[in-house]
Amino acid sequence: MAKTYDAGVKDYRETYWMPDYTPKETDILACFKVTPQPGVPREEVAAAVAAESSTGTWTTVWTDLLTDLDYYKGRAYAIEDVPGDDSCFYAFVAYPIDLFEEGSVVNVMTSLVGNVFGFKALRALRLEDIRFPLAYVMTCNGPPQGIQVERDLLNKYGRPLLGCTIKPKLGLSAKNYGRACYEGLRGGLDFTKDDENVNSQPFMRWRHRFDFVMEAIVKAEAETGERKGHYLNVTAPTADEMMKRAEYAKEIGAPIIMHDYLTGGWSANTQLAQWCQDNGMLLHIHRAMHAVLDRNPHHGIHFRVLTKILRLSGGDHLHSGTVVGKLEGDRDATLGWIDIMRDSFIKEDRSRGIFFDQDWGAMPGVLPVASGGIHVWHMPALVNIFGDDSVLQFGGGTLGHPWGNAAGAAANRVAVEACVEARNQGRELEKEGKEILTSAAANSPELKAAMETWKEIKFEFDTVDKLDVSHK
Amino acid sequence: MSDMQDYNSSLGNAQSRKFETFSYLPAMDADQIRTQIEFIVSKGWNPSIEHTEPQNANGAYWYMWKLPMFGETDVDAILAECDACHKAHPNNHVRLLGLDNYAQCAGASMVIFRGEAV
Repeated sequence: MAKTYDAGVKDYRETYWMPDYTPKETDILACFKVTPQPGVPREEVAAAVAAESSTGTWTTVWTDLLTDLDYYKGRAYAIEDVPGDDSCFYAFVAYPIDLFEEGSVVNVMTSLVGNVFGFKALRALRLEDIRFPLAYVMTCNGPPQGIQVERDLLNKYGRPLLGCTIKPKLGLSAKNYGRACYEGLRGGLDFTKDDENVNSQPFMRWRHRFDFVMEAIVKAEAETGERKGHYLNVTAPTADEMMKRAEYAKEIGAPIIMHDYLTGGWSANTQLAQWCQDNGMLLHIHRAMHAVLDRNPHHGIHFRVLTKILRLSGGDHLHSGTVVGKLEGDRDATLGWIDIMRDSFIKEDRSRGIFFDQDWGAMPGVLPVASGGIHVWHMPALVNIFGDDSVLQFGGGTLGHPWGNAAGAAANRVAVEACVEARNQGRELEKEGKEILTSAAANSPELKAAMETWKEIKFEFDTVDKLDVSHK
Repeated sequence: MSDMQDYNSSLGNAQSRKFETFSYLPAMDADQIRTQIEFIVSKGWNPSIEHTEPQNANGAYWYMWKLPMFGETDVDAILAECDACHKAHPNNHVRLLGLDNYAQCAGASMVIFRGEAV
């Protein structure tokens, strides 16, 4: 039955609101939190979001009739109240899979968080979650190595990995920087890390840094008999330059490099991740800029979406928040996106902010990285929250030790091993943390000194972005 | 500075050489080994024993003691194998692994008898 062309502006809901639609297994599904302008009906706003994030524009155009619009359009198929907040509602939208280029999170997100976010009928809009169908997941390269391969490469089993970000963030010369790395690694760390804004500044060009850090790794490995790494940050002004630095890291035998996937961009990240897979290189991912996108509860992109984007684009580590440190992160929500990083199948669970089942199939997992404002006293809680498949990263909590980095590293290593041993014995870490650490400190003067240094520090600000679970 | 301790580790000091998980803690006593075996069994992992001369501890492959004990849940039987391996190779590091066949990765790995450092 042919349709006729009728120029002018139509209500979006006539075309894009389909409450009877049953999403297909291959559809990409999205949940938006929509804050409409006053007076606009929910169905119309939800339909407008579906239209503007897929095929639609503000007016009817004759070329619509050249397409199978009923197949290609996004469909707003459900609306739900947001618990505890009447100013907004959830809109669920289904997109047919062929709206998107295979293996391109860039393309998916250009649609889903494109023009629609500036749409006038909306006061605010937040992308809460995306369900990527397995059919789409299979088109993406994903993490270069994955958790098990990383463990095998580095010979680390049955415990969280231990890292440290080198400070001060900026200003150290390459040789002094390598010293800070060496001290941490010989003290028992598995990794040291470039800070996110360490790229290739005048005070320390990347190549000098790579050379000195590699010397630190080689010596610390010989000294301790354990395998070590340093996240060499290859984030660069251009993708070509990024690849040049990655190639050099490989040439000198570095096991792991690092990229900032939001500021560096998803296109560059996906390219780098594929290169890492081809070259047996681990890839650590930092998330600078994420709070700009994910912190406002009414507008932006939730971090669980950014987590899925990274797993598809590719990375072996991703910063997740610590729950207990100085940075934002609600505990249940954090547990939710940690599962999204690591597990093969994650069930819908509103109590953890997960709106859809997500099946990753055989795609490898990403190690969550807990970093920021944490020290030995947090160790019992961290081991309990994150479990073994994680990287616990103590920057100030290593370098701020009164006897220096090696002692700080040893303190953290003893603490993490004591906590793992106690957990394996069936002890409750968060209840018995103090006794566990105190008895471990009896054999480790480094741990004892660390416990005395940081005893009083706590971070107890309330989180700004809470899960929407409390009903009025 | 007087109460500051030097971190005593060097290429020349064999005591500096570590061997991954739990090697920064004191050597485990018999009870501690038993509780770790209980943990491996409780996770449903397959116990496995490997050993090596301490000077060759770096590589991925140590010598496997017999085959992994697939499906073995008797803690005493596992302990007996650990002891047998240790008795046969008293100067070697002996490590106990819990092989997780779903992850296809060791869920646990720990040296339970420590050879003389080199």
